[in-house]
Amino acid sequence: MPSTLLQLSGITKCFGEVRALRGVSFDLQAGEVHALLGENGAGKSTLIKIITGAHLPDGGSITLNGNLLGPLNPAFARTLGIACIYQQPALFKDLTVAENIGLRLEARGAFKKVDWVGQRKQAETLLQLIGADIHPDEEVKELSMPEQQMVEIACALGAKARIIIMDEPTASLTRKEQELLFKVVRKLRTDGMGIIYISHRLEEIFALSDRVTVLRDGESVGTVRAGAVGEKGLIQRMVGRELAASSIQKNFTPGAIVLELRNLTCKENGTKNVSLEVRAGEVVGMAGMVGAGRTELAQILFGLATPGGGTILVNGKPTEIKSPSDAVKCGIAYVPEDRRRHGVMLEMAIQSNISMASHGRLFPGGWLHEGRENEEALRSIRELGIKTSGPLALANTLSGGNQQKVALGRWLATKPRVLILDEPTQGVDVGAKLEIHKIIRELAASGMAILMISSDLPEVIAVSDRIAVMRLGELVAMLPADATQQEIMAAALGQSVL
Amino acid sequence: MKASKTIKNASRFSREITLGIGLLIILATLAVVAPGFYQAQPLLSLLTREAPSLIVACGMAWVIICRQIDISVGSQFGLCSVCAGLLAGMHWPIALVGICAMALGALLGWVNGFLVAGLRLPSIVVTLATMVTLREGLRWKRQGEFVTLPDTVQWFGFSQQQGQVTIIVVSLLVLIILAVTARHLSLARDIYAVGSDAEAARLAGIPALRITCFVFVLLGALTGLAAILNMAQAPQVDPKTGTGLELKAIAAVVVGGVSISGGRGSLWGVFLGLLLLACISPALTHLHVEAYWERAIHGGIILIAVAGDRFKQGKENS
Ligand SMILES: Nc1ncnc2c1ncn2[C@@H]1O[C@H](COP(=O)(O)OP(=O)(O)OP(=O)(O)O)[C@@H](O)[C@H]1O
Ligand SMILES: [Mg+2]
Repeated sequence: MPSTLLQLSGITKCFGEVRALRGVSFDLQAGEVHALLGENGAGKSTLIKIITGAHLPDGGSITLNGNLLGPLNPAFARTLGIACIYQQPALFKDLTVAENIGLRLEARGAFKKVDWVGQRKQAETLLQLIGADIHPDEEVKELSMPEQQMVEIACALGAKARIIIMDEPTASLTRKEQELLFKVVRKLRTDGMGIIYISHRLEEIFALSDRVTVLRDGESVGTVRAGAVGEKGLIQRMVGRELAASSIQKNFTPGAIVLELRNLTCKENGTKNVSLEVRAGEVVGMAGMVGAGRTELAQILFGLATPGGGTILVNGKPTEIKSPSDAVKCGIAYVPEDRRRHGVMLEMAIQSNISMASHGRLFPGGWLHEGRENEEALRSIRELGIKTSGPLALANTLSGGNQQKVALGRWLATKPRVLILDEPTQGVDVGAKLEIHKIIRELAASGMAILMISSDLPEVIAVSDRIAVMRLGELVAMLPADATQQEIMAAALGQSVL
Repeated sequence: MKASKTIKNASRFSREITLGIGLLIILATLAVVAPGFYQAQPLLSLLTREAPSLIVACGMAWVIICRQIDISVGSQFGLCSVCAGLLAGMHWPIALVGICAMALGALLGWVNGFLVAGLRLPSIVVTLATMVTLREGLRWKRQGEFVTLPDTVQWFGFSQQQGQVTIIVVSLLVLIILAVTARHLSLARDIYAVGSDAEAARLAGIPALRITCFVFVLLGALTGLAAILNMAQAPQVDPKTGTGLELKAIAAVVVGGVSISGGRGSLWGVFLGLLLLACISPALTHLHVEAYWERAIHGGIILIAVAGDRFKQGKENS
């Protein structure tokens, strides 16, 4: 009989007029992975923040190991054995792994002597415990994203955490890195911990979770075993209706070449001799392993890196792109990968965020036009399904996925000739993902040339007209739209296709 | 719906409202306890004295909104004043002198801006260096000697009262123009964006470096204008003029609710902040409190303002 670690009942939380949670009940057993699933803005992160003490609930009760808890705060929650691993690990980049772990766990006291040896030994034991192959003396900035997450997990273990919460931990991981993380999570489960796991990727939830609680509009729609209801069942619970089968229309009629790269090379970021052309109305998918140089290529095109050789032609004219503002002037838009950090201005209104890159088009003469801006924002909110109280709300009141949509909306509003998307559906829910795919195709049909970087192979195959595969900074293959996942993977790994 | 919108607006202007209330309380207290404060001529003089600071504070507000700081304005002000005084002494028309002072200020601002944006140096260090350099250069060149102005310069050749009104009107016009553009110019929006997150702004295609440079140039030009408005108030120019102006401007900006970490604040708040700080000294005189208290009270108000910011942010984050 597993014991209940954590029990939430009737949790409510309002932000002003927004009711983020309306009476959610939830329980976590020892030795289980309990997934939280729901559309963007359903209240998952809010629920997590209540458990970690970052937000105080307006109502409801929290019971830990059978004891009713009073008001929580983050420090208190940590001492109770609740640890949370965020998508962006909060480690000190210039310190070593052991120092980071030591800092977290050390009893504070300015004049206490640092026990270097003990600290290092402790780090070693903890890393071994989770089976992570990381050297304690390595500096954190040398570590990959999942390795940093491992360090976070080690910290959590060292703090004697019994409950580990992960909010979209895999959003920026490759498949291989993801496997590494899963292995650790499974090990934690066997050790009798309770794990709360949030992800928008259903296949992860099936692979990992014991039970799933689905949230919809701040209410729990029930807790089920993932296997028992299947993908369809989960989606239906999430969106409250059956999701219309996606039928993406790929009606590509080749137009003129809009973007052409000739032998583009950049020593600094490792881009080697890339030649590529994108036509009006075409979606070229960019596949490859993480680190294959796709984002780096996009950065050259957007003026964030200077090419060492080769030419970029926009509409047939050789163009020099020295800065993002040059790129915007040429009609190139780039939706960056790391939208949480580089996408939205959290302290500005949604509508200012959406109009930000289109000042020239929306406000000729430099005079702001609130009506036009508002209209543009409302259109984005409608088309992308951004969940918000209105275009004047600040971006920091949005849920993570909805912030992503705002960043996307900003670039769609520029009506670019060339649109470069870097992981366009990372962190957005299943329904919105299909919507975004449809929008990408519609934009292409309206004559835009689109370059879509994505690590989600089914997505690349579903949306693209051609699939460019990169490896180690080089363009290694150009596959037709009907390529299989195996063919793409083989090219990305550098194996011969046949 | 309407009511909730009003509440939202009220919370957006909470700093302005608090400052307005504070100012009203001081003024009301003075009306009861020391009606002597309300004599036309001293009031006019008070406002005239503060007019140059208002203009500098408006420029400073933009620099701080852009998440930079400029502590060299006092020295810029001194240099502009002396140069303008010398030109006026050569009987140049005052309008031309004004344009030259603004151009000189803009040039000095550009130097700061270039060092900060072009070479990516921290603005506090850059402007500390230019502050010391300009001030010492001025001292070395003038050896403390005052510049005597021709009679036509003081009060622009008007009567004293007309001159004072002119100075106040010009400074208010600058305030209004800048405050209106803050709401309606897309350039102003860009400045806010760069101040709240320079990297995100750059990725949105905003020329962040050029904008950073621009706010320094703007502040410099406004400082030049302020120097002229100050010069017209006296028969000569003290080469030490403007010492401490940077602190006064920064204090007004911070009390006025501009976030020192950039991206937030309004010029109306800065206006009220400056008035509030400016009222303290005459209020103390009229209430027969020793003038030593003025600095302490200024410090207290600044602390309360910054703490208020922190409190508000904390509330939003929880
Ligand atoms: N600080 C805040 N102020 C106002 N509203 C907020 C705030 N934080 C969250 N909300 C609102 O609460 C709701 C739930 O947000 P939450 O972040 O929990 O969603 P989520 O399920 O984590 O979504 P996602 O999958 O996009 O991360 C959203 O409608 C959001 O707009
Ligand atoms: Mg979330």
